[in-house]
Amino acid sequence: MSKPKVGFYWCASCGGCEEAVVDLAEGILPVVEAVDIVFWPVALDFKRSDIEAMADGEITVCFLNGAIRTSEQEEMAELLRQKSQLLIAFGSCAHMGGIPGLANFYTGESIFERVYREVPTVVNPDNVTPQTETQVDGTVLTLPTFRESVRTLDQTVDVDYYLPGCPPPVNLIVGAVTAILEGNLPPKGTVLAPDKALCDECPRKETKPEELAIQEYKRPHQLLIDQEECLLSQGLLCMGPATRSGCEATCINGNMPCTGCLGPTSRVTDYGAKALSAIASSLDAKDEEAILHLMEGIVDPGGTFYRYSLPASLLHRRRPA
Amino acid sequence: MSDKNSSPGYEPRIVAFFCTWCTYTAADLAGTSRMTYAPNIRVVRLMCSGRMDPQFVLKAFREGADGILIGGCHPGDCHYQEGNYKALRRVTLLQTMLASMGIEKERLRLEWISASEGDKVQRVTNEMVEQIRKLGPLQLSLPPTLLMAEDTPVAEMEGVVP
Repeated sequence: MSKPKVGFYWCASCGGCEEAVVDLAEGILPVVEAVDIVFWPVALDFKRSDIEAMADGEITVCFLNGAIRTSEQEEMAELLRQKSQLLIAFGSCAHMGGIPGLANFYTGESIFERVYREVPTVVNPDNVTPQTETQVDGTVLTLPTFRESVRTLDQTVDVDYYLPGCPPPVNLIVGAVTAILEGNLPPKGTVLAPDKALCDECPRKETKPEELAIQEYKRPHQLLIDQEECLLSQGLLCMGPATRSGCEATCINGNMPCTGCLGPTSRVTDYGAKALSAIASSLDAKDEEAILHLMEGIVDPGGTFYRYSLPASLLHRRRPA
Repeated sequence: MSDKNSSPGYEPRIVAFFCTWCTYTAADLAGTSRMTYAPNIRVVRLMCSGRMDPQFVLKAFREGADGILIGGCHPGDCHYQEGNYKALRRVTLLQTMLASMGIEKERLRLEWISASEGDKVQRVTNEMVEQIRKLGPLQLSLPPTLLMAEDTPVAEMEGVVP
């Protein structure tokens, strides 16, 4: 019997998800023994044409990380969807848009303006910006089209499962791979992680007061963070109450607040709204002036609550002017 | 968008979330007292303004609301002691977040209206409809329409290489 075929691909991402695969360390050996890796541009020399030559559904499972911003990424997502039996959105960017998704606070034009013209380190006397087609010595050179918005993978093609996290925690990857190899999968569309909030598995759970009454919001560099006490009760913006567990509280164990990379639990539609709700409820202020004063500690509410999920949010992006 | 603002047929769509103990009762009072006000609001009754999940606001905007009005009991009068304070905190923070999404603060309004203030329901509703009429329709850019709307490359800008 031939081994199951596995593919990895990256779109708008940082490479951290690829690193997470390597983080499996010796755990990757039994996986490599059990499967054939047929596509993994970051590590192995396969080409797009190798995939195009395959039959539809020939790849057993494809792990795709990164958000979708360009036409080329769309094409690759569509191609890999066609050739794979299972397509898994791997990591926060494919799942919810991730950090690249924060670009949805800006227009495509203003991004080009900033990146190719305004940035102080850019020298661009001829005012050149990337073109989808350029004539050079009688030859036409092409680049992918830069779309106006960043999209999640499931806003582009049909997705079977989600592996959340920035990057997905090793134990979740192992769990998912095992489930796939054993054919022991939950219903389509499931996020392959526990369905409880992070607070539930937080080692500091016992120190969280029954009713939080935050007097002042602080950023991590503004205080000496106690290593035992609930981070929210110390005034830090910890997204634990709104975030799915499954990471074994990695950031909390590093004495840093949760930033919400695993996204919401299955009962929540809009992560940012729910995180905002949790934080606003725990403010200790009853009149508008005091609330506004407290909120000055939350420097960038949009970017804080939608750090990993702006494209997946109900509003999707900043409203066009 | 300015052309839409001035379009004569435009009628704002406002979703209102009223708490059952105060503002919803006030709206009932306005009705039984035969007070008339702009028909642009659709009222959803909640048990408390503290039940107002910020997701309701975003969902309403996504589904086509141009403005959202939330009504609760006056401070100190909440049937559940503190629900209206929670609503105030959420709305204040949500307004700041909506601003970063390019949505004007005025599109989300919170008012304390007690059960006896039918006239305030009338006044606030009329004021809000006029305010939203001035702001014009909320036009969001949402994923299902993106694929078609996005076919124009961003790179078509002035002053680029020939």
